[in-house]
Amino acid sequence: MSSQLATAGGPANPVPPAGKRKSVMGTRPWVAALFLLPAIVLLGALVVYPIGYSVWRSLYDADGSGFVGLGNYGDLFSDDATFTAVKNTAIWVAVAPALVTGLGLVFAVLTERVRWSTAFKLVIFMPMAISMLAAGIIFRLVYEADPDQGVANAVVVGVHDTFAESSVYPKARPSTESDLKASGGGAFTSTGTLSAGTPALVPLVGIAPNKVPGDPGDATSAEPSGDGVSGTVWLDFKLGGGGEKGAVDAGEKALPGIKVEAVKDGKVVASAKAGDDGTFTLPAAADGAQLRLPESNFAAPYNGVDWLGPSLVTPAIIGSYAWMWAGFAMVLIAAGLAGVDRNLLEAARVDGANEWQVFRRVTVPLLAPVLVVVLITLMINVMKIFDLVFIIAPQPSQDEANVLALQLVNASFGGGNNQGLGSAIGIVLLLLVMPVMIVNIRRLRKERRR
Amino acid sequence: MTTSSVPLKGPGEPGEPGSPAQPSAAVDAAGPPERSLASKLAGFFAGGAVRVFLVVVALLWVTPTVGLLASSFRDPTDIAASGWWEVFSKPSQLTTESYSTLLGKEEITDALWNTVLITVPATVLVVVIGAMAGYAFAWMDFKGRDWWFVAVVALLVVPIQIALIPLADLFGDLGIFGSVLGVVLFHVGFGLPFAIFLLRNFFAEIPRELLEAARLDGAGETRLFATVILPLGGPAIASLGIFQFLWVWNDMLVALIFSDSGSRPLTVALTEQTRQFSGNIETLAPGAFISMVIPLAVFFAFQRQFVSGVMAGAVK
Repeated sequence: MSSQLATAGGPANPVPPAGKRKSVMGTRPWVAALFLLPAIVLLGALVVYPIGYSVWRSLYDADGSGFVGLGNYGDLFSDDATFTAVKNTAIWVAVAPALVTGLGLVFAVLTERVRWSTAFKLVIFMPMAISMLAAGIIFRLVYEADPDQGVANAVVVGVHDTFAESSVYPKARPSTESDLKASGGGAFTSTGTLSAGTPALVPLVGIAPNKVPGDPGDATSAEPSGDGVSGTVWLDFKLGGGGEKGAVDAGEKALPGIKVEAVKDGKVVASAKAGDDGTFTLPAAADGAQLRLPESNFAAPYNGVDWLGPSLVTPAIIGSYAWMWAGFAMVLIAAGLAGVDRNLLEAARVDGANEWQVFRRVTVPLLAPVLVVVLITLMINVMKIFDLVFIIAPQPSQDEANVLALQLVNASFGGGNNQGLGSAIGIVLLLLVMPVMIVNIRRLRKERRR
Repeated sequence: MTTSSVPLKGPGEPGEPGSPAQPSAAVDAAGPPERSLASKLAGFFAGGAVRVFLVVVALLWVTPTVGLLASSFRDPTDIAASGWWEVFSKPSQLTTESYSTLLGKEEITDALWNTVLITVPATVLVVVIGAMAGYAFAWMDFKGRDWWFVAVVALLVVPIQIALIPLADLFGDLGIFGSVLGVVLFHVGFGLPFAIFLLRNFFAEIPRELLEAARLDGAGETRLFATVILPLGGPAIASLGIFQFLWVWNDMLVALIFSDSGSRPLTVALTEQTRQFSGNIETLAPGAFISMVIPLAVFFAFQRQFVSGVMAGAVK
């Protein structure tokens, strides 16, 4: 509870020194005992007893029968799944609090200048109200891999396709009757050569005629074109069958946009694109060259980023955490900012400091105590992160995203059935927050003495 | 009387329109008159950039929630065929079908009812027991009072994870593992340290004359507690109540382990649908939204108490 202790300890709202107050009722110990009894009993049974039990249980093996000493604590580093959890929790503690505090600081400073800051703060703070489960579902939806489902990939693919051409016929390939053979890297090259005056035939298959993108018209046979090499690219298949293989039959679809290249000794000497009726014309230079369909015709469409795959899953979940908690940091820092002496900032400006220098040299140092409180609060919170990881990380990559609190549950209840290891993880979590506990107690005792 | 344990009062708090902006506005108005035109222009454009940036950030922040909301109002075929953003170009896709399907499922309505059955007692018990103990710590004399209070403060940051295994064993022995009672007890145990701490600090600031006056009127401890302490402690009790209510309502971890198929709350019922995420959006989106409605309503209705409650209890 460092946050309110730390801030409440300031001169603005001191905790009253309890030690000097006297009861107005006189001393009647049994009344006090009655008022305290429910709380003491419940705290003892539900909070204090579990700590002791966990310490004892962590020294025993999986089913609690054999004493293993500190063996379970050693497993934190030797057990693969648990060590992944240790590493990921370290990443969380190192990255998430700093990221969230940074966002909160930027938002708090910038909103000072706008009139609708309250509306902005409401929007940013809103995620604090909802459960981590709801936030998890929200972000699972954001990170859906299919660009037609997840907004993150929809944006990524949209941006990507604006700058990079994508292929229209990812599944098409030359029919076996044609003499185009796979020539590595997804391209196809003819075994024979082109000759002027003889139209080249490029029959492709692999797409259903009713699923051709853009629904093009029927293909027409290319006319011989003087010195150049003409040809047709079409879908050599029609619904209901019929038609001769390798020949442009009535009712067979053109495949406009397919790129063809003429290649001599491995060098592209000419290239063209099939038109709306499937025909193309290469210049005279193509005479005697091999015909090649470059791989760009058949490249699989760009499907965006695998957000929840093994490599990005932890950063992606940290992103959703930042979405939830930036409002917390912002509101605390804004409260601190409201207490900053404006004259100091104005003095710096008068002295010629620009806004960045004022921020960096005056505002941030003045806010340092608040920033530390926010950072520590978030660190404690992040150590115990569970729900977001549990919900957002899909089964296949959940092991990669594992964190201590999740591993505790998995090890003890989720099939691991190793309550010894689970208890050890619980004790480690307690030890990690122990410094804050000590600071809280010290602060309390200092206030008493005042 | 102030809520000493709540760091946020007045400035910086949503719900106090414009208060954080006022000091800087005042400074700007009284700014140095010798500012050059160039610096004024630079300031104007920088201000514009800040506004644009903040608008973009705000949009970025609401988009995920809007996506969930939009998805919850589309039918399964549309969800499978295209992204939720299509509802803006085709509003005819909007339908409440997912909600009626979801609320027609007994397992979901039961889970929603369980959420209430868990949340209400867990909140009331924490407030009542916490207030009694807080009053004792603030206004009664007994041996070792300060030491007991130090012990309570020490328990503030104990992670709930540490109690999962011990209490699962204990509740198993008592025969309440898997019941609503077990989940409630867990939340009461871990809600109390914060409740006692918050309320003791608040009660201690109640002017002693008020208590003495009531005492002279012949009020006993119980009447004093009920007629003076509780009414005057209203603001702190409201903050605590809201925080504890939301904490329990939003909890998934405790219920995941301590409830069974008959006592599980909405969060746990939804969790089981997340295994097959893409195929279950028509269940998950409205389900998540239903679980969000109460917290959001509380948020918008009680911004002040909400913010102070959440802020004070954040370390939990």
